[in-house]
Amino acid sequence: MKRLLALGAVVLTTAALAWAGVDSTSAPKTGVAAKPVITKAVKGEQCVEDTEYMRRNHMDVLDHHRDKTVIEGVRTKKHSLKECINCHASETTGSVAKGKDDFCVSCHSYAAVKIDCFECHSTKPQASMAMHPMNAESAHYAHKMATQTNDKVSAEDMAGIAQ
Amino acid sequence: MSEDKSIENTPSSPERRRFVGVAATAAGLSLAPGIMLMEVAHGRPEEQAASSAVRWGMLVDATKCGTGCNDCVSACSTENGWTPVAESQHKNQAPQWIRKLELQDPLTQFETNLPMMCQHCADAPCVDVCPTGASFKRADGIVLVNRHTCIGCRYCMMACPYKARSLVHEPLNDTQKADVPRGMGCVESCTLCVQKIDRGDGTTACAEACTASGHNALLFGDMNDPESEISKRLRELPTKQVRADLNLNLGVRYHGI
Ligand code: HEC
Ligand code: HEC
Ligand code: HEC
Repeated sequence: MKRLLALGAVVLTTAALAWAGVDSTSAPKTGVAAKPVITKAVKGEQCVEDTEYMRRNHMDVLDHHRDKTVIEGVRTKKHSLKECINCHASETTGSVAKGKDDFCVSCHSYAAVKIDCFECHSTKPQASMAMHPMNAESAHYAHKMATQTNDKVSAEDMAGIAQ
Repeated sequence: MSEDKSIENTPSSPERRRFVGVAATAAGLSLAPGIMLMEVAHGRPEEQAASSAVRWGMLVDATKCGTGCNDCVSACSTENGWTPVAESQHKNQAPQWIRKLELQDPLTQFETNLPMMCQHCADAPCVDVCPTGASFKRADGIVLVNRHTCIGCRYCMMACPYKARSLVHEPLNDTQKADVPRGMGCVESCTLCVQKIDRGDGTTACAEACTASGHNALLFGDMNDPESEISKRLRELPTKQVRADLNLNLGVRYHGI
């Protein structure tokens, strides 16, 4: 949060300086730097909390929910990262973090925030296809041929395992 | 079951003792707890945390496990999004959550087939050695890695007697399943399809596939519920814990090994 405020301060100062008639070529053009693009959510009229609150506190919301889910097994949808993605994925890239204007990218690069969430979490909404029981049923046959490995086990391994 | 008895009676596994206590008094179990357990087994409400009233487990019937059949492995790979080892570039370090073993008795040449994966120990060595607490046992007995706190040190991999864990060595480039985040630099292993259990599917991808293949060698269920299919079968069939000598009180039990 501090970072955002600091940034705001920089922006304001620059703007003020520019306004005060300081030679605009010597001052960095932060004042006119592209504002982050905030892609409109594809779904929903409003966010899971007040927009104002989410803008400032989404990281706390997420941190809290991830411990609740992973450690305790609470699966409420409201603050789930999967749900953020379902609503906020861009219509063009289909993702929240693929393109530079995508929802979880644009704002962060503007504020110089780096998150690692999407090294593990899919950036795309749950594919409704994969959720379909028919596909789930048959999908594993696609991999079946590829996984035909033969792990013959030696007598020593067996002695260790079947003990 | 005779072999299990000795373990049940060791003081080092109180949970197992409680389980046996429940099972033994099954006939006289009052209605109220019975109903409660049934509900839990059919998927708990999403706002409810996992409960220690449940202990998820798996019964592997090695006598039914098909020679050359890999359906459990491919189903796991599809459900959880890990690349099948045969398709991996670096096969020696490719993540693998479940693998098929073919064992041969050196004396009799008798062959046994079985899937090997995380045994979901009640007293898990991986949990003991983890320096960050990332390796943990959920209330309902599922042993998991909290990837948010895993530092990839791999102590747990070394501590595991079943070689059940893998480290993700390569970037996955957003190929993960939305329901199953995974990432480079973290250790992972069988989660008993925690995403499916919490959704109320009541089974795992491997067990589903095994049933679909007609082998019926895998039975998933709540070992704390005396009325569950798995508890009934465990009562009837002689089963073993792999490396029972380690006294880890496993969530995966084998018949026919
Ligand atoms: C309105 C702009 C904005 C949007 C949109 C946005 N963020 Fe942020 N986010 C920020 C700012 C600013 C910070 C840094 C706050 C700070 O450092 O105190 C931040 C920080 C975070 C952090 C904490 C990073 C850290 O190092 O602790 C996480 C996690 C995060 N955002 C996740 C997300 C996700 C996921 C999305 C997409 C669903 C998203 N954010 C969308 C502005 C945004
Ligand atoms: C039901 C769909 C939906 C879900 C789920 C959802 N959002 Fe939103 N979100 C919206 C909408 C719509 C807005 C814009 C509201 C507005 O313009 O007032 C918004 C606004 C935001 C903003 C502020 C953007 C700005 O204008 O500065 C952030 C940050 C944000 N969401 C993050 C998240 C995070 C993080 C999650 C997951 C915990 C999430 N959202 C879940 C629909 C959703
Ligand atoms: C190293 C891999 C990894 C990284 C990095 C990671 N996560 Fe996760 N995350 C997971 C796994 C694994 C789960 C458990 C999924 C399950 O059980 O369904 C999870 C679950 C969650 C959940 C609960 C499930 C959901 O979708 O709501 C939240 C919230 C969450 N993570 C937030 C985050 C945030 C925010 C970040 C970035 C600051 C992050 N994670 C980074 C692996 C990761």
